[in-house]
Amino acid sequence: MSARDGRGRASGRDAPAAGQPGDGLSTIGRPMRKVDGLAKSTGRARYTDDIRLPGMLHGKILRSPHPHARIVAIDTSRAEALEGVHAVVTGSDMPTRYGIIPWTPDEYPLCVDRVRHIGDGVAAVAAVDEDTANAALDLIDVAYEELPAYLDPHKAIAADSGPYIHEPRKPGQNGNVTKVVRLEFGDVEAGLGDSHVVVEGDYFFEGTTHTPIEPHCAIGLAEGNGKLTVWSATQVPHYLHRELARVLEVDPAHVRVIQPPVGGAFGGKSEPFDLEFCVAKLSMMTGRPVKILYTREEVFYSHRGRHPFHMRYRTGATRDGMLTSVDAEIVMDGGAYASFGLVTTYYAGQLLTAPYRMPAYRFHSTRAYTNKPACGPKRGHGSVQPRFAFEVQLDRIAERLEIDPIGLRRRNFIGANTRTVNDLRITSNGFLECLDEVERASDWKRKHRRLPFGRGVGVAGSTYITGTNYPIYPNDMPQSGIQLQVDRSGRVAVFSGASEIGQGVDSMVAYIVAEELGVPLDHVRVLAGDTDFTPVDLGAYSSRVTFMLGNACIDAARKLKTQVQEAVAAEWGVKPREVLLAGGLAVQAGDTGTSMPVRDAFNLAEAAAGTLGATGSYNTPKDVHGDYRGATIGASPAYSFTAHVAEVEVDVETGFVTVDRIWIAHDCGRALNPVLVAGQMEGSAYMGFAEALMEEQIFKTEDQGRAGLHNAPSLLDYRIPTSLDTPALESLIVESIDPEGPYGAKEAGEGPLHPSIPAIANAIYDAVGVRMDSLPFSPPRVWRALRSAGVTGARRGVAR
Amino acid sequence: MEVVRLRVNGDERVCGVPAHYTLLETLRYGLGLTGSKQGCDKGDCGACTVIVDGRAILSCITPVWEAEGREVRTVEGLARGTEPHPVQDEFDLNGAAQCGFCTPGILCSSVALLDRNPTPTREEIRAALAGNLCRCTGYAKIYDAVEAAATRVGGEARRPDGAGPGPAPKRTPARGVGV
Ligand code: FES
Ligand code: FES
Repeated sequence: MSARDGRGRASGRDAPAAGQPGDGLSTIGRPMRKVDGLAKSTGRARYTDDIRLPGMLHGKILRSPHPHARIVAIDTSRAEALEGVHAVVTGSDMPTRYGIIPWTPDEYPLCVDRVRHIGDGVAAVAAVDEDTANAALDLIDVAYEELPAYLDPHKAIAADSGPYIHEPRKPGQNGNVTKVVRLEFGDVEAGLGDSHVVVEGDYFFEGTTHTPIEPHCAIGLAEGNGKLTVWSATQVPHYLHRELARVLEVDPAHVRVIQPPVGGAFGGKSEPFDLEFCVAKLSMMTGRPVKILYTREEVFYSHRGRHPFHMRYRTGATRDGMLTSVDAEIVMDGGAYASFGLVTTYYAGQLLTAPYRMPAYRFHSTRAYTNKPACGPKRGHGSVQPRFAFEVQLDRIAERLEIDPIGLRRRNFIGANTRTVNDLRITSNGFLECLDEVERASDWKRKHRRLPFGRGVGVAGSTYITGTNYPIYPNDMPQSGIQLQVDRSGRVAVFSGASEIGQGVDSMVAYIVAEELGVPLDHVRVLAGDTDFTPVDLGAYSSRVTFMLGNACIDAARKLKTQVQEAVAAEWGVKPREVLLAGGLAVQAGDTGTSMPVRDAFNLAEAAAGTLGATGSYNTPKDVHGDYRGATIGASPAYSFTAHVAEVEVDVETGFVTVDRIWIAHDCGRALNPVLVAGQMEGSAYMGFAEALMEEQIFKTEDQGRAGLHNAPSLLDYRIPTSLDTPALESLIVESIDPEGPYGAKEAGEGPLHPSIPAIANAIYDAVGVRMDSLPFSPPRVWRALRSAGVTGARRGVAR
Repeated sequence: MEVVRLRVNGDERVCGVPAHYTLLETLRYGLGLTGSKQGCDKGDCGACTVIVDGRAILSCITPVWEAEGREVRTVEGLARGTEPHPVQDEFDLNGAAQCGFCTPGILCSSVALLDRNPTPTREEIRAALAGNLCRCTGYAKIYDAVEAAATRVGGEARRPDGAGPGPAPKRTPARGVGV
């Protein structure tokens, strides 16, 4: 175990950490450049909207003005007659349902007979330019019959007759419910009954959205020979490939998906979207390439972001602060479509069971459909909201029992190599070190409950999955594949199906290849994101790629290395394992005088064995979960752990909260590149901070005029933090060296978001003695909470 | 269609564009300079930031005719030949670009800052970047990169640590992390 700061410096634990002298590694663990770093900083990187194909048409999508309505008739004739319009497509042209989760296909590329939220796609046009396409949208006549809209998930669940938002799966069911999960482990009521203290609370997590700076964009190109190519800013080229083929009834062998660099995603581009089907279909109709670029407003309406959660928690503990029992009741506002909602409904409960031991646990989560844009997975999918509520509950228990909140968390530590109450398999676990790091770095002992009124610190912990053991569609094939090929110049080409969305996956595979084959980093070329050339990787979601693709890459590189070692060993008359590849050379172990450039070694191997290449793959461990229904959901090959301390200042007069600093300690297993890991930690903490104080994806209610209209679909009104809003972020990398991860690595991209929010909530309490149970902690909310607690002046109030 | 004449990255350019085109649309769709990005098209995100007569401006809300006769500099014009501008290099070294979509705009804001103030404090850097949203980084690594570039622009030689097999890894400066 070791800990480092965000620049890769050891912070004084049992060394050596990766990247420190003595670890035996030359590239892994060191701060290295990214393989696409210069392309991105010189403007040469070509994102989807930067691509222009000869003869390209521009597409636009007509969207519903109603939250819920029947489509009675669509007349596209006036649009078709407009000069410059080449094609118009409507829902009946693509009448096949799809959905990212194969069990809940409930959407069409364009609505067929019903619109379910303002912004639902109804028709699309392709025209010579954007202006003409926009003009054509105005000429499409749609007759709607409005239906009652559901905007409140509780009302949607309470409905006892149709029209529901979706047809019930069985007669008599409520078509407004996507999924209900009820699971209990151990005897929860008995546990609560035996507790010395039980805290209860209601919590509300407002929905938020991803807002990548790049809007969604796609280009379709249908060639006369039946081939179809789609370029898209997607996190899931493989799933897109499958769904395009299925929905458009094209042989999957004829479909090619190219994923250019993606300008941010965070879960917001992790399922097929209407524009991808539309560009493909419009191109198939016109024989011309067709591009659609969402406006920023469309990005807000396409959403798939964080679900609003209404939560009730009861948590019990013994006199000395050991957890006894946890009971959760959750209602989730899912919006108009299922998206990943089936999984979200499970994650809402399943992912809470570490890093603390819970003898008994029960959760009951219900996902409702409402007539708003669909919610889906946002960074920390399904588990950020419960984590907020639960870590605030822990803070209350610590206070009631007069135990230090960090001490309480230490006491309940679940440990390494163990099982959670719901039978998730925990292997490496650096959570205690995370607590140590934030306690030390924040000077916690001198600050907690000791800062002047209005200033406070708060702590929270969390865990997250490193990918999921079971893929989205059932199959036994590997989750990640990679292919390496060596040419005679000593260059290694890597064919990777993984999606570079800014997290650095293309660099990660290059580091591994350089490490394993001893070649300089700039002799590695990564060719990625093209389903014609690359083996399948399931996509950049659920924090899976470093672990899974990294292991696949090690697998391929070691196969290749074996061929090279054998050829060189034959040449030198030594054993293959005595041939080392490092620093651009093949070297004889124990005799550094005997060496040759690694290029010559590759050439020897090619002469001996033929063209040099290797494939590698990784598949997850199966059957390491419980035997109840749903036990596979949440099962991951490894779990990351995080602790945060936040320091805040609360202005009692205005309710304005300033977060000065967040200390982020994260167990990522091993930092393959500490700079990139720290970047993920900082970006995660930033995003959690943003959700804590600023962001809300909200829609107008019936009494606010246009029901279901987005309240603020712009980057000005939907406030995301600027440089001036963002607190100082301090990364503290903890390395537990996971037994199954590549060089011991686990995830770093999502886990470090979770504790920001409850750490800030707990810090607000430390500052002013007021519990914030509803998000975001915006000035009006905080001000009202202060008033109702009787905290009015610059002096400590009564509520503490 | 209107004919516009622009001086872009040192080149005199002539281009026919619809009369309502913005500078951003002209750069991207008229001149093929796609380095400048469109994140919102309404002045909210800063992805389209370019430098006009030394000042960072939002090209998505600048009608193209306003840029006529002025000196326009985009991300494509920051490097000197094949040598990247120190800010570009430091972005790479410090991991300041994750997805990279905000990067061209942030680079332009940073270069405009360093051109008028080669030794900015961290607070001045924060203020200069307040109009550029980055959704990936939390800004911390961006400040590191701009500060490091300022040291280089300001003339202090920064010797890349040549150790290791790859391109020069980042040197570990002896100061704390964070803002
Ligand atoms: S594209 Fe110009 S500010 Fe967003
Ligand atoms: S690096 Fe992605 S938005 Fe800044």
